[in-house]
Amino acid sequence: MLQAAGLHCERGGRALFRGLSFEVGGGTLLRIAGANGSGKTSLLRLLCGLLEPTQGEVRWKGEPIGRLREEYSRELVHIGHAAGLKDELSAAENLGFTCALAGVAASDAQIHDALARVGLAEKKPIRQLSQGQRRRAALARLALSGQVPLWLLDEPFAALDALAIAEVQKLIAEHAGRGGAVVFTTHQDPGLAGARVIEL
Amino acid sequence: MLAAARAIVCRDLLVAMRRRSDVALALLFFVIVVSLFPLGVGADPALLHAIGPGVIWVAALLSSMLALGRLFEADHADGTLEQLALGVAPLGVVVVAKAAAHWLLSGLPLVLIAPLLALQYDLPPMLYGVLVLSLLLGTPVLSLVGAIGAALTLGLRGAGVLLALLVLPLFVPVLVLGAGAVEMAAAGLGAEAQLLLLAALLVAAAALAPWAIAAALRISLE
Amino acid sequence: MKWFWYASPQTFYPLAGRIALWCGIAAVVLTAVGLYIGLVVAPTDAQQGEVYRVIFIHVPAAWMSMFIYVVMAGWAAIGLAFNTRLSAMMAAALAPTGALFTFIALWTGSLWGRPTWGTYWVWDARLTSELILLFLYFGFIALRAAIDEPRRADKAAAVLAIVGVVNVPIIYYSVQWWNTLHQGASVSFTRAPTMAATMVAGMLVMALAFWLYSIAVSLVRVRCMIREST
Repeated sequence: MLQAAGLHCERGGRALFRGLSFEVGGGTLLRIAGANGSGKTSLLRLLCGLLEPTQGEVRWKGEPIGRLREEYSRELVHIGHAAGLKDELSAAENLGFTCALAGVAASDAQIHDALARVGLAEKKPIRQLSQGQRRRAALARLALSGQVPLWLLDEPFAALDALAIAEVQKLIAEHAGRGGAVVFTTHQDPGLAGARVIEL
Repeated sequence: MLAAARAIVCRDLLVAMRRRSDVALALLFFVIVVSLFPLGVGADPALLHAIGPGVIWVAALLSSMLALGRLFEADHADGTLEQLALGVAPLGVVVVAKAAAHWLLSGLPLVLIAPLLALQYDLPPMLYGVLVLSLLLGTPVLSLVGAIGAALTLGLRGAGVLLALLVLPLFVPVLVLGAGAVEMAAAGLGAEAQLLLLAALLVAAAALAPWAIAAALRISLE
Repeated sequence: MKWFWYASPQTFYPLAGRIALWCGIAAVVLTAVGLYIGLVVAPTDAQQGEVYRVIFIHVPAAWMSMFIYVVMAGWAAIGLAFNTRLSAMMAAALAPTGALFTFIALWTGSLWGRPTWGTYWVWDARLTSELILLFLYFGFIALRAAIDEPRRADKAAAVLAIVGVVNVPIIYYSVQWWNTLHQGASVSFTRAPTMAATMVAGMLVMALAFWLYSIAVSLVRVRCMIREST
């Protein structure tokens, strides 16, 4: 489904990686590992189209993503380092807007269930939540993204406690089971069986 | 696509309502600047009549420019801007929605309060209509063209001053036409030409600026 | 034509050196010729005396300032469309020279204004447009300088240059209109002395000299940039 062909990435005049090629099919878990500064986040951003490679291209179902633009965006969920949540709104309001922007129809009940799944029942604005709670609010989106084939997650387990980590692992495993693909970066051992690893 | 645009505008308005001080500050700046000029040049009524439209317009320009700092920076800092870039709506639509929300929060208040400030300069009431109309047509252009500058300077050190340098030369035509419209009306000649040209600028900005803003955002997000 | 062969900075480097040398020599020669025509051959003007001779620098500088901006925007657009670093370097190399000519145009215009109309600065439509053009140049240079990441700097400055080039006619006409509304006064560079043929010839020679100078200096700058980036 997702194909990276000969990717070169240069940041600040320095080459991060060269000639990187791999394929991610349905039901695959791909873990991107590497030391700090090795280009894990850059690779993820290359895959979702926020960054353009100096050479090579990324293809989705055979088409270069540069040409697909919004059609490709519809098929992926990207959760980066920053939570992607507005401080002044509550987790539920944020999730509602995120779904509207992603073209995913989600009723209030579904949003409530998604938040409950990651153990977040707070109605307070994001500003008043702890780091771990914000992370959970950001990841709650995954519970509503079952239909989206590709998940690109940057450090999904960071700042989470053991219970939340287990829940996210379950979400990821379920998605792979449904035939979706998950590409993620992490420092820790994800505890996910059957994950391929690419070392940068 | 329209649903996404509506969601963006609603979200921005909701966030602004919970942080009302931001919006109020820009409006306050406008009022303060307009009130400063008589203190600087003297309160001679004839002088104030002459400089009134120009002063109000320059203050509107500066106030718009200050408000531009809020257009993309906050979203960039908390990661929502990337989510917008990765959404299902084309980036051109997204930026127009953001600029529209921004105008509602920082341009429209200026338009509404302008007659009060015209009162301060003792401008004849017949000019209020032209003043409000010129600001109504001009401030969206300022939001759209200013958004280009805001997108280009996203996340840079000293972005505020750099934004001013980039964007003020591009604001000059709007200033000339807007202030000119009111002055023509004050002189008893018709202001139609200026207002029509302002409308033309608005149409041109609405058609062309989204491309530039989207391109600039993509470059800044890399 | 093997244009794309020269799109690589390494192969362009020696070519740039050769072109710069020849253009530089030609520029010096033409400047001497132009100044000779302007200062010696051209007749004294009936109304303005000797002072008017500053137009032999003022007008060509103004022409070059606008021409260079368009060329700069052109290179920037090519760099953006084809993602070539050298095009972006050419745009960046042209900017300081363009800004210099804009400044010279403003300064000589000011020098002309003082003896002729009694003030150093007149809010003439063309001078005011030149001033705004100077700000546009500064904006381009400042934006490049503010961005650390070289590729982002290239592309962002390119978008700015394209937006600028679209706006320059709009700015020019709105300033023209503003000037007629407010002034209608006696000061106007459009009422320069009616041109004798020698005067026109002198200005054209100087314009050509400035053009060759710009090419030479920009290419030298590009060579420096190529050296810095490797």
